[in-house]
Amino acid sequence: MSDFPWLTTLGVIPLVGAAVVALLPKGATRNVRPIALAFSLLTLVVGIVAATQFKTSGDNPQFQLAETHSWIPQFGVSYAVGVDGMALSLILMSLVLVPISLLAAWNDIPEGGRRQQSYFALLLVLETFMVGVFAATDVFLFYVFFEAMLIPVYFLIGMFGGPRRQYAAVKFLLFSLFGGLIMLVAVIALYQQGPGGDHGFLVNSLTGLHMSESTERLLFVGFFIAFAIKAPMWPVHTWLPDAASEAKPAVAVLLVGVLDKVGTFGMIRFCLQLFPDASKWATPVVIILAVISIIYAAIAAIGQNDMMRLIAYTSVSHFGLIVLGIFAVTQTSVIGSQLYMVNHGITTAALFLFAGFLIMRGKSKNITDYGGWQRTTPVLAGVSLVAGLSALSLPGLNSFISEFLVLIGTFERYPVAAGISVVAVVLAALYILLMYKNIFTGPKQQLVAAPDGTLAMAGVNGQGGRPSTGVTKTLFDEPDTDIADIPAEAKVRGSAIRDLDVREKTVAGVLIAIMLFLGFFPKPALDLLKPAVRDTLQHVNVHDPAPHAGVTTEGSSK
Amino acid sequence: MTSPATFTQAHISYAAVVPMLVIFGAAMVGVLVEAFVPRAMRYWTQLGVTFAGLVASFLTLVLISRNNKGITAADAVVIDGPALMLQGTILVLSVLAVMLMAERFDTRSADAFTQSGASVPGSPMETNAVRLGATSTEVFPLVLFSVGGMMLFVAAGDLLVMFIALEVLSLPLYILTGLARRRRLLSQEASLKYFLLGAFSSAFFLFGSALVFGATGSIKFGEIADAVGKVNGRDDILIPGMLLVAVGLLFKIGAVPFHTWTPDVYQGAPSPVSGFMATTVKVAGFGAMLRLFYVALEGLSWNWQPVIAIVAVLTMVVGAVFAVTQTDMKRLLAYSSISHAGFLLVGVVALNKTGLSGTMFYLVAYSFTTLAAFGMVPLVRSAGSEATHLSQWAGLGKTSPILAATFSFLLLGFAGIPLTSGFTAKFALFSGAVGHGATWLVVIAMLMSAVTAFVYIRIIVLMYFSDPTGDTHVLFPSALTGISVTVGALATLVLGVAPAPLLNLAQHSSLFLR
Repeated sequence: MSDFPWLTTLGVIPLVGAAVVALLPKGATRNVRPIALAFSLLTLVVGIVAATQFKTSGDNPQFQLAETHSWIPQFGVSYAVGVDGMALSLILMSLVLVPISLLAAWNDIPEGGRRQQSYFALLLVLETFMVGVFAATDVFLFYVFFEAMLIPVYFLIGMFGGPRRQYAAVKFLLFSLFGGLIMLVAVIALYQQGPGGDHGFLVNSLTGLHMSESTERLLFVGFFIAFAIKAPMWPVHTWLPDAASEAKPAVAVLLVGVLDKVGTFGMIRFCLQLFPDASKWATPVVIILAVISIIYAAIAAIGQNDMMRLIAYTSVSHFGLIVLGIFAVTQTSVIGSQLYMVNHGITTAALFLFAGFLIMRGKSKNITDYGGWQRTTPVLAGVSLVAGLSALSLPGLNSFISEFLVLIGTFERYPVAAGISVVAVVLAALYILLMYKNIFTGPKQQLVAAPDGTLAMAGVNGQGGRPSTGVTKTLFDEPDTDIADIPAEAKVRGSAIRDLDVREKTVAGVLIAIMLFLGFFPKPALDLLKPAVRDTLQHVNVHDPAPHAGVTTEGSSK
Repeated sequence: MTSPATFTQAHISYAAVVPMLVIFGAAMVGVLVEAFVPRAMRYWTQLGVTFAGLVASFLTLVLISRNNKGITAADAVVIDGPALMLQGTILVLSVLAVMLMAERFDTRSADAFTQSGASVPGSPMETNAVRLGATSTEVFPLVLFSVGGMMLFVAAGDLLVMFIALEVLSLPLYILTGLARRRRLLSQEASLKYFLLGAFSSAFFLFGSALVFGATGSIKFGEIADAVGKVNGRDDILIPGMLLVAVGLLFKIGAVPFHTWTPDVYQGAPSPVSGFMATTVKVAGFGAMLRLFYVALEGLSWNWQPVIAIVAVLTMVVGAVFAVTQTDMKRLLAYSSISHAGFLLVGVVALNKTGLSGTMFYLVAYSFTTLAAFGMVPLVRSAGSEATHLSQWAGLGKTSPILAATFSFLLLGFAGIPLTSGFTAKFALFSGAVGHGATWLVVIAMLMSAVTAFVYIRIIVLMYFSDPTGDTHVLFPSALTGISVTVGALATLVLGVAPAPLLNLAQHSSLFLR
């Protein structure tokens, strides 16, 4: 059973699904969405089964469920996949988020037909790449997935996004390509530092190399730039708000919730593991950049009017915390960061999707176009509040544990940085609660055009009155929607704004259930991550006899 | 070896050179066909002769020459691993290029070529020729002559044979460039420009050869290499000689600052001919350059490497930056080919086995993608002629999904996205350069890759994210174009996913004989 190629299977199922969805004949296009959802659920089930094969106790190799085949022996490239706790947790998170996003994206392409086929096929292709990028244990293979992943995202943003989608898509691609190409140089050079041979690109072959100080530092920088762009960190974060704002909410979820994790994942897997000395050398700069990211993005979030951009900035801030925890390199902070990656994926998904539900109804991304929606859509208001509280790390919800671990872990070694970062918790409360207040509380708004033209519905009815809105077609002007698909909406179509329907409630319910579960009982996740953290710390200390990673030791390097 | 007084008859190993003989023979037959076969039958006859010649040549190459490597014809021709690999590449590419050139759509003669190349554009003579159903089937023997020249170019063992081969491959190209059916004045202007500048560069090459001969006392690459190590005090003619020879070759591959002809010629020439030039000529030019620098002038690498490195940087930067500003598809592809020539020069600078095999792999990968891209340009039409302005490609993703998807894939290949041949090729090429220590060149190459990626992505944006405008429509091609483009696109995919066999071949072929 352990020889079964679990990870390859996980990658292949969505790819087959994408092919099926893309090649469905014209008459069968109404089945696109159920088929796509079925394939993503099947992947999730297989993923859970695969996870049961993963051993968390005992003495295991770094990568389990591993497969290694020669691919391009001339380059030393293997098709090698395998997971440690960190990779497995991120894969499981992705597998959970994809069906949720598909369900949330049910009516993203109301006109159906070819465009809908492309949309769902691209989402499934993306799932394949997400599994691949986290599972790759060959640096070259990782790079292939890392870069190839850009293409489906590029089309998902560029073809299906809001009015400024072209700009956002191109900006996204260029930023990522720039980082990726710099990294490619480092990848090539890294191989030549390594042992070479037919499997010279395996992470295990490249761990613990002895290279000159300057080489190691240059290679580290090559990798780090790519990951910093991906993560994204200040000052190369500017593509994210644009991309997240123009993309459909479901795409934004996968973009911010999963793809950006590749950046922080890469920092742990590659920067720390392959270049431990250079990582130590770069730590002060990285910590400073991370702190700037945390504070700057939180302040920027407070200033946003576009709620998608606001959520994107909160993510930049949270990514800063994750990076801070990674580079503080204490047992507590690293496990906090790894757990944060999963938690952030869930929380951001909830924020984006609930904002998407709201935008679907209000037809505007601007917070000022709303007010008093709690009276109209109480359920939506409630779930949004829970998601928001998770984002501001309320105890009892998932993010709290990870954020707390990161902060106390960092404090052991860098008390000043941790001290400054704590301010972000306050700022988080500001941007989340202000957004909630402005959208959901207050007096109920008119549903028809108000004389002053500032109200939400007024913007809709006025000619060209919603320049910043990405939603061109919504439930209101879509009488052809399949009744079987959305019965609740069909019943009251066009009459008034309705609260969440069954489909949306399912999405919200699953997400909130996960939040509560991870908030009260994070033990399974922590058990999964512990060995991975132990490995990471071991790698970093390979060349460093001083035992300053101990939890009880007071940090003194600051 | 031989005393200068006695005449020794050169021994020729016919088994080694038979592929070239087949090509030249087929070209001669083509000329006779042009003279004696009735006009109505010429198209198919010529097509048959050309394909038969190319295929027969390829078969003899694989079956006979491969087992008869060696230096022959008094050291004038060297059939070694790189020569055979590049000759084979040229032959395969030529088959695909001829298919594109033979595309007729629904007319009775090859669509890309004028029916009467000798007449003044718009003159009664031209009208008459069109009315009588004249055809330009002479393009096929011209192509064969050019192919023969290229095959000799990559196998040349001394400077004079290299020069002759250069002329044999160039002269037919000058004519082919001027034979476009539409926008004939532009085509003829391109032809004249190409001819004049090409003649200049040939003169440079010849003058450089003379200087090198003066310094080393030989024109044979092997003897030059030996002499370079021994001769002292003649650097003042050896180095200029080397540089002038390099100018001749850099012109052919379109390297900056000898690139100015490229956009004009690629734009004016019939699209299939542009594709032919952008691929086979580049393969041949780099083949010759590799042989010159790796065999004859290896001892001077301290002198030529910095020069080529600077040329490489200039070529990459100018190609990439100017590509950004282009609004015409063919000019854009021309500048893109310039920047790719810059990348290839990085591989030349590496001067090691990895660099050589990487360069050859890149040449193959790049050529298939480029040929397919040029093959698709003629399909997009507006008002009866090729719609080469970028704005005319807007919205093709909606109106012609297959064409847009294929072209986008090729563009992603150019950009070097993983799972396309462009990525594996870049990797193979730059591995050699990083190993050599030219990492700074590779970093510049990567930055310029990002710039060119913007160019390619802009076209994808245009095709997919914009709405169709104007009367742009897409012709449905015959099997000829269909096969050619399909092969090119498939090669782009296969070499990206499973490059191991070709890499293997390139590595086993990367040993020059001298």
